[in-house]
Amino acid sequence: MRIPCPHCGARGSEEFLFRGAADLVRPSADASAETWHDYVHLRDNPAGQYNELWQHQHGCRRWLVVTRNTATHQIFAVVDSALRGRAA
Amino acid sequence: MSYSLLRIAREALRGGSGWTRAWRDPQPKPQYDAIVVGGGGHGLATGYYLAKEHSLTNVAVLEKGWIGSGNAGRNTTIIRSNYLLPGNEPFYEHSMKLWEGLEQDLNFNTMVSQRGVLNLFHSDAARDAAARRGNAMRLHGVDAELLDTAGVRAMLPLLAFDAARFPIKGGLLQRRGGTARHDAVVWGYARAADRRGVDIVQNCEVTGIRVANGQVQGVETTRGFISAAKVGLACAGHSSRVAAMAGLRLPIESHVLQAFVSEGVKPMLDTVVTFGAGHFYISQSDKGGLVFGGDIDGYNSYAQRGNMPLVEDVAEACVALLPQTSRLRVLRSWGGIMDMSMDGSPIIDRTPVGGLYLNAGWCYGGFKATPASGWCFAHTIARDQAHALNAAMRLDRFATGAVIDEKGAGAQPNLH
Ligand SMILES: Cc1cc2nc3c(=O)[nH]c(=O)nc-3n(C[C@H](O)[C@H](O)[C@H](O)COP(=O)(O)OP(=O)(O)OC[C@H]3O[C@@H](n4cnc5c(N)ncnc54)[C@H](O)[C@@H]3O)c2cc1C
Ligand SMILES: [Zn+2]
Repeated sequence: MRIPCPHCGARGSEEFLFRGAADLVRPSADASAETWHDYVHLRDNPAGQYNELWQHQHGCRRWLVVTRNTATHQIFAVVDSALRGRAA
Repeated sequence: MSYSLLRIAREALRGGSGWTRAWRDPQPKPQYDAIVVGGGGHGLATGYYLAKEHSLTNVAVLEKGWIGSGNAGRNTTIIRSNYLLPGNEPFYEHSMKLWEGLEQDLNFNTMVSQRGVLNLFHSDAARDAAARRGNAMRLHGVDAELLDTAGVRAMLPLLAFDAARFPIKGGLLQRRGGTARHDAVVWGYARAADRRGVDIVQNCEVTGIRVANGQVQGVETTRGFISAAKVGLACAGHSSRVAAMAGLRLPIESHVLQAFVSEGVKPMLDTVVTFGAGHFYISQSDKGGLVFGGDIDGYNSYAQRGNMPLVEDVAEACVALLPQTSRLRVLRSWGGIMDMSMDGSPIIDRTPVGGLYLNAGWCYGGFKATPASGWCFAHTIARDQAHALNAAMRLDRFATGAVIDEKGAGAQPNLH
C-alpha cells in the first residue's frame, strides 16, 4: 500500500504511523462519562470509505487525513490535517 | 453414521462406497427457537452446545459463505490457557479441558496435539512478567513451568540462543498447550450439531435484524426472513457490521492478520514457540510445513489479505529466532479479518436489544477459545444470563471501567 503524501509524494505505508479514526472529536474535560466512553471506545468501523489519521513519521512528519477504502485499500484523498480543520 | 476404526476398515474394503455426507444441507425453516449468525468455529460450537447442554434443537446456524471460510479456516491453530487475569483464565482453562475431550465428545478427529506452548523471554523484566503469569496460572490450577536457558536448550537446541541483541534467557512453558486441526474443528462441530438436529444453513447471509419494541423478531437473509425469539451473533471480524443492523455501535475495529506456511521439511520443531522480542509464533504441521505469523498489519481492514511490510517483519523475526529457516521458501500466505476489541479481550453477553446476544471481539486469539466460547454463548442464549466463566466478558465493561486488559495498556485496538 502506497500513501500519496501531499508533501513528499507516494510512499510505502511502512513510512507511516497509523492512528485510527480521524473524525473523532475530543470531548471537553467536563463532558459526561457516556460521551467520553463513546470517544475512547466506540467506532463506526465501516467496510468501505473511512477517514483515518496517518503520520508520515519517516518523511515530513506531518499528520495526514487519509480517506481510504478499508475493503480494497484504495485511497481517495489525502490532506494535511492542519488544513482540514477540526470539523468532522 | 458413527466414525470408528472398524468403519474405516469396512469402508476400505467397500471402496468407500458407504460414506454418507457428514451433515445435511437443509432449506432454512421459517421459524427457529434460536438462530446463530456466523458459521465459524464459535457459531457452530454454539449450535452444538445449545442442543447438547440445553436441549434446544430447533436451532439454525446461518453462514453467509461456507462454514469455516472465515478465521476458523485461517488461523495458526495454537491452543493454550496461559492468561493472567481472573476474568480470562478460568474461561480459557475450561476451553482447554473441552479440547482434551473433544474428539470423543464429537466423534471426530480434531487432531488435538498437546505438544506444548513455549513463550520465550530475552530480558530480566520479561522473566519477571513470565514468572508472574505462570504463578497466576498455577493459582488457577493450570500447568505452567518456568524454564531457564538450559531448560529451553534441552528442549529446542536449534534456537538462536546467543544472538547478540536478543539472547534467550528462558521461557514459560505450558505443556498442555499445543495445536488442533482448524478445519476439523469446524467440520466436527458442524457434524455433531447436525446429528442433534441443528440446521446448518450455508450461503445464507444475514442482511438485517428485525427488532420490535426492543425485542428481536428474527433476521432478514438472502434466503428470506427467518423468525426467532433469540438471535446470537458470532461473526468474528464482521461483528460491527452485523451488530449495526440492530443499531449497536461496538468497541471494536476490524483489522487484518496474516499467516504463513513454508515448504515441507523434516521434523524440526515439536512444540509451539513464540519469540519474546518481537511478535512471532511458529509451529510445524504434521505435513512438515512451518506455520507461523506475527502482528496485525496495523490499520483498519476488511480485505482478507495483508501487505508487504508485515511480511518482512515476520520473516525477520523468524530468521532471528531460527536462522536455519532463512533459505526456506514460503508456500502460502493469507489474511483474516478480526474484531480487535479495545481491551484485547472478548465479549460474550446479552445486548440492550432483548433476545439479541453478542459473541465478538476475539482479536487474534479466538481459535483456542472455540469450545468454551460456544459452551458459554449457548448458556448465555439459553438461560438469558451469563455463566460464571464469561461473567466478566461484558459488553458494558468499557462504559463501567471493568475492562479485562491483559497488557495493562489502556484502550487501543491492537491488543490481544
Ligand atoms: C491469520 C490468523 C491466525 C490466527 N491464529 C490463531 C491462533 O493461533 N490461535 C488462536 O487461538 N486464534 C487464532 N486466530 C484467531 C481465530 O482464528 C479467531 O478468533 C476465531 O476463529 C474467531 O471465531 P470464529 O471461528 O467463529 O470466526 P470465523 O470463522 O471468522 O466465523 C465468523 C463467520 O461469520 C460469518 N459471517 C459474517 N457476517 C455474516 C453475515 N452477515 N451473515 C452470515 N454469516 C456471516 C463469516 O462468513 C464467518 O464464517 C487467528 C486469526 C487469524 C486471522
Ligand atoms: Zn510526507
